[in-house]
Amino acid sequence: MPLVEVRHLVKEFASGQGLLRRGAVVRAVDDVSFDIEEGETFGLVGESGSGKTTTGRCLLRLVEPTSGEVRFRGRDLLALSAAEMRRVRREMQIVFQDPYSSLNPRMRAGAIVEEPLVIHRMGAGPARRRRVAELFELVGLDPALASRYPHEFSGGQRQRIGLARALALEPSLVIADEPVSSLDVSVQAQVVNLLMDLQQRLQLTYLFIAHDLRLVRHICSRVAVMYRGRIVELAATAAIFDAPQHPYTRALLSAIPVLDPDAPRARLVLDETAVDRSRPLREVAAGHWAAI
Amino acid sequence: MGDAPLLEVERLTTVFDVGGRALPAVDQVSFTVGAGETLGLVGESGSGKSVTALSILRLVQPPGRIASGRIRFRGRDLVALREREMRALRGADISLVFQEPMTALNPVFTIGSQLEETLAVHGRATGHAARRQAVDLLGAVRMPDPARRLDEYPHQLSGGLRQRALIAMALACRPALVIADEPTTALDVTVQAEILDLLREMKARFGLSLLLITHDLGVIAETADRVAVMYAGRLVEQAPVRALFHDPKHPYTRALLASVPDDRPGTPLRAIRGAVPSLGALPPGCAFAPRCPDRFEPCDRLPPGETRVGEGRAVRCYLHGDAVEPAAAVPGAR
Ligand SMILES: Nc1ncnc2c1ncn2[C@@H]1O[C@H](COP(=O)(O)OP(=O)(O)OP(=O)(O)O)[C@@H](O)[C@H]1O
Ligand SMILES: Nc1ncnc2c1ncn2[C@@H]1O[C@H](COP(=O)(O)OP(=O)(O)OP(=O)(O)O)[C@@H](O)[C@H]1O
Ligand code: SF4
Ligand SMILES: [Mg+2]
Ligand SMILES: [Mg+2]
Repeated sequence: MPLVEVRHLVKEFASGQGLLRRGAVVRAVDDVSFDIEEGETFGLVGESGSGKTTTGRCLLRLVEPTSGEVRFRGRDLLALSAAEMRRVRREMQIVFQDPYSSLNPRMRAGAIVEEPLVIHRMGAGPARRRRVAELFELVGLDPALASRYPHEFSGGQRQRIGLARALALEPSLVIADEPVSSLDVSVQAQVVNLLMDLQQRLQLTYLFIAHDLRLVRHICSRVAVMYRGRIVELAATAAIFDAPQHPYTRALLSAIPVLDPDAPRARLVLDETAVDRSRPLREVAAGHWAAI
Repeated sequence: MGDAPLLEVERLTTVFDVGGRALPAVDQVSFTVGAGETLGLVGESGSGKSVTALSILRLVQPPGRIASGRIRFRGRDLVALREREMRALRGADISLVFQEPMTALNPVFTIGSQLEETLAVHGRATGHAARRQAVDLLGAVRMPDPARRLDEYPHQLSGGLRQRALIAMALACRPALVIADEPTTALDVTVQAEILDLLREMKARFGLSLLLITHDLGVIAETADRVAVMYAGRLVEQAPVRALFHDPKHPYTRALLASVPDDRPGTPLRAIRGAVPSLGALPPGCAFAPRCPDRFEPCDRLPPGETRVGEGRAVRCYLHGDAVEPAAAVPGAR
């Protein structure tokens, strides 16, 4: 059984154009279905506004889906009560893009990491403090830094604090929404290595949302490509990069700047009018789905 | 002027007076941009790229100030110009394209009126002539349906179209030099590719020189003729683009190129340890020393000076020469 099963997920937002356009809705996520297998890194890529973050948040019910199904270890999450959902959420954590705004500036680093343990009443006293120290070490931070405030850390260190907090409850699924894109280029690789290392040590499953396609190629086992609220292609990473089928995927891959001044530029421009959004995914090769 | 470069920046030092200290955001930076050339200025967040750009246009705001150095444009030293002369030059001879088009465009005026205003301010055209030129400019930057877009407001355009409008505005007075500060960072990869293509095309068509600022080495590889690499306020390496990518000399450039994900999925990346030092806590010697795999004993004493290492190449690193460059003596530092 896959760890996560998403079926016909839809999320509509009331369009925020004030009084004039009352009643208009934006379909941010439009009939999205996919599975995430235990232990894999499932990548979600696509243009800005295509619905990646909304999809990730729907899985945790941080935003309520409009319709569809989300199953976690076979259980229908949308049917759970708030109390039941809180318990399940221990197993599903999220790491945000921006390590600057996602940590409470008035809390010490140690308290930030400890907070989920307090909320879920796990451990107490010295045992809990030991656990916090362990978590610091797990993400490569000196536990002696626990008494400092977020602004006293660099971006990469803050992202590590966010990660330690996410791992406090020993989740099995971590949704990482652009976890390195706000970091200095020279620090991104450190955090990526840490994510890969933690996955092995803790048997984590990742939903990895990113726009850096080189990075996605490096760490994801499978990739789904979103375009205007829909998944237009889904396959093993190598298949997506070596044999892209959907015109949007092709345009996207051809746009990645190559680190070689001599590389030929073969830019493909997407003809948006030629994309039929109503076309369903079909299996074009084993495990390779495309809406063509 | 003969073969003199269009822009010559010589030992530019720009500091921020903070807490009684003069922090050098740009520290004795020297480079040139030739006619028709694209110089890529690359470096990570806080390395001093934007402050360099703002210094060239004399737009650094207090507590920042140009402390020393020369900026020669067509042989004239901009640092010595009167503000009035500088204003005439901005937008007309040198123009700037920002990272975030929404903040650079005025939300309460239409695209057309902003373009026409730019043309009028510099005495290029007014009235019907200005409107005609505005349509032509939007056409030149491949704005779909330019005549209609003229009457639209910035928020009605997508990010990519806004950046096109901003480029049209930067080109309005046919400047000799365009400084583009992260012109594609806020955009999607596909839109980024279109804007980079557009900049290349505009450069060829109007014979522009381009100072392209970015933290993305891929953008540099695709767009620049020459590259200057910045780290903690200093230029650590300069080279023609091919030489830089095929044979990087400075340990920081090498480490940066090596840390990019390559063809071996799932393997650990070659990360650079540590983090960029803050300006207030720069090490006494080479700023990269605390993170450098090649660090040896002279590195911790004084910052290395510039050493020539081949045709059009220079590097600041003791592996390549023993030139020393003490930190800038900042006039007016308290
Ligand atoms: N709370 C909200 N209210 C109204 N509209 C929203 C809300 N959240 C997201 N949207 C809209 O839903 C669409 C999808 O947004 P989402 O943030 O999921 O995209 P994304 O793929 O994560 O984009 P990015 O790459 O820019 O992060 C967008 O059109 C967005 O404007
Ligand atoms: N108003 C200011 N007061 C104090 N320091 C400043 C100010 N503006 C910039 N700085 C400092 O100057 C240095 C260079 O900043 P700059 O904006 O040039 O960096 P950058 O290379 O453009 O970075 P980014 O890629 O993030 O745009 C930074 O260390 C920054 O903290
Ligand atoms: S000067 Fe020394 S520390 Fe600096 S980059 Fe060169 S070898 Fe490394
Ligand atoms: Mg998002
Ligand atoms: Mg900048």
